[in-house]
Amino acid sequence: MPTADNAFTTALGLILTLDPALMDIVRLSLQVSLSAVLIAALIGLPLGAALALWAFPGRGMVVVMLNAFMGLPPVVAGLMVYLMLSRAGPLGQLGLLFTPTAMVIAQTVLVLPIVAALARQHIEALLGEYREQLASFGLGRARMMPTLLWDARVALTTVVLAGFGRASAEVGAVLIVGGNIDGVTRVMTTAIALETNRGNLALALGLGLVLLLLVACVNGAAHLLGERARRQMG
Amino acid sequence: MSDLSQPYLAQATTAPMLPLSLDGVRFSHRGQRLLGDITLTLGAGRSLIMGPNGAGKSLLMRLCHGLLTPSAGQIRWNGQPLSPALALRQAMVFQRPVLLKRSAQANLTYVLAIRGCPRRLRKPRAQEALERFGLAPLAQRPARVLSGGEQQRLALARAWLLAPDILFLDEPTAALDPAAIRAVEEAVNQFHHRGTKIVMTTHDLNQARRLADDVVFLNAGRLLEHSPAERFFDTPQSSEAAAFVRGELPW
Repeated sequence: MPTADNAFTTALGLILTLDPALMDIVRLSLQVSLSAVLIAALIGLPLGAALALWAFPGRGMVVVMLNAFMGLPPVVAGLMVYLMLSRAGPLGQLGLLFTPTAMVIAQTVLVLPIVAALARQHIEALLGEYREQLASFGLGRARMMPTLLWDARVALTTVVLAGFGRASAEVGAVLIVGGNIDGVTRVMTTAIALETNRGNLALALGLGLVLLLLVACVNGAAHLLGERARRQMG
Repeated sequence: MSDLSQPYLAQATTAPMLPLSLDGVRFSHRGQRLLGDITLTLGAGRSLIMGPNGAGKSLLMRLCHGLLTPSAGQIRWNGQPLSPALALRQAMVFQRPVLLKRSAQANLTYVLAIRGCPRRLRKPRAQEALERFGLAPLAQRPARVLSGGEQQRLALARAWLLAPDILFLDEPTAALDPAAIRAVEEAVNQFHHRGTKIVMTTHDLNQARRLADDVVFLNAGRLLEHSPAERFFDTPQSSEAAAFVRGELPW
């Protein structure tokens, strides 16, 4: 396939020369996904820990909902945020639709359930082990939380990395709320979809390679962390 | 005797906690009575709780320590019900030590931190406790990869830093080899000589003979006997205790 072959060479060229158009797209992608993951972690980790620590009426429902939302299709998350932010929606006056902020919100909606649900599972398992000892130290639930979050740090880091993988690889949500506007809201995944349609395989392939590399790095980091922890902690 | 700065405890620490008295204490779970009714008074010294498996030994200690709430009856410390301030003057060492996923030293500085010890004093005090229990070379090792005996000694060092008036030990030597058992027993005696009241469960008759000042004997959730150690081992009052001392009661 000479065209694909040709495209591949061009793609490598774009990456190696740090093509400005390509770099802009990569930069925006990272900005949006990292912001979303940061916000999701800041809310999701304490939320997951709180769900593990406190029993309250309706807790089961919340847990089931969170678990269900882990599999939320990105286009549905995008649609929900679109409806909120569109001119006629409740938050329409903010004028956020088709901005990077809207994309951050959509990806946060996508990642938050993953972080919170998995954090709850890990913290609950750890709590089963620690509860009596921490209670014996005289700690109440609120004071147990930082101890549990810190001692589950390895597992929770993998959780956050999984959330980042999900955010950086999805197309549907950012496409709907961002609109794939060149230079404003165009990220790697939406650009790949568009360039492939337009027949600009070189740029699509170049972006695809960068994305693949990124996802591989994230998974590699998660794996190394797990291995190191197993060696050190026994 | 407390070597921790606990200004908020100043008032509580001055009042003696003993005797510990239980009055008609009962514990039921899902309609099944697991323990009771227990009426018992423990004074100073080393009290060993003995009895076969399922007798309710661990349950009794958890009730006294406040980890469980009795279904009926009252537990009083020198006439007072257990308060948060009194709970902080107790420590417990479990059969399987629960150590945090941190270094041995960090496990010790952790308890100093939660009890409000100033940061600059934490490491020196932790080091002192590590040395006291022969763990100094292991300070930087992850606590979870230490041997069973080392882990139990670390749990004792941690309890030492809490400077408790009462130390509960739930079969602390059940899974240890003879050398590690001796180390734990020496540690228990260090607490005893510091004036800490010891309440400990054990299966091991020889260990009980070595350590006990008085023995509480439980069987099937009921208190059968509480007597000075010598009397318990020489002339047990109940037939169950007599069989237990002869090694005939299965555990």
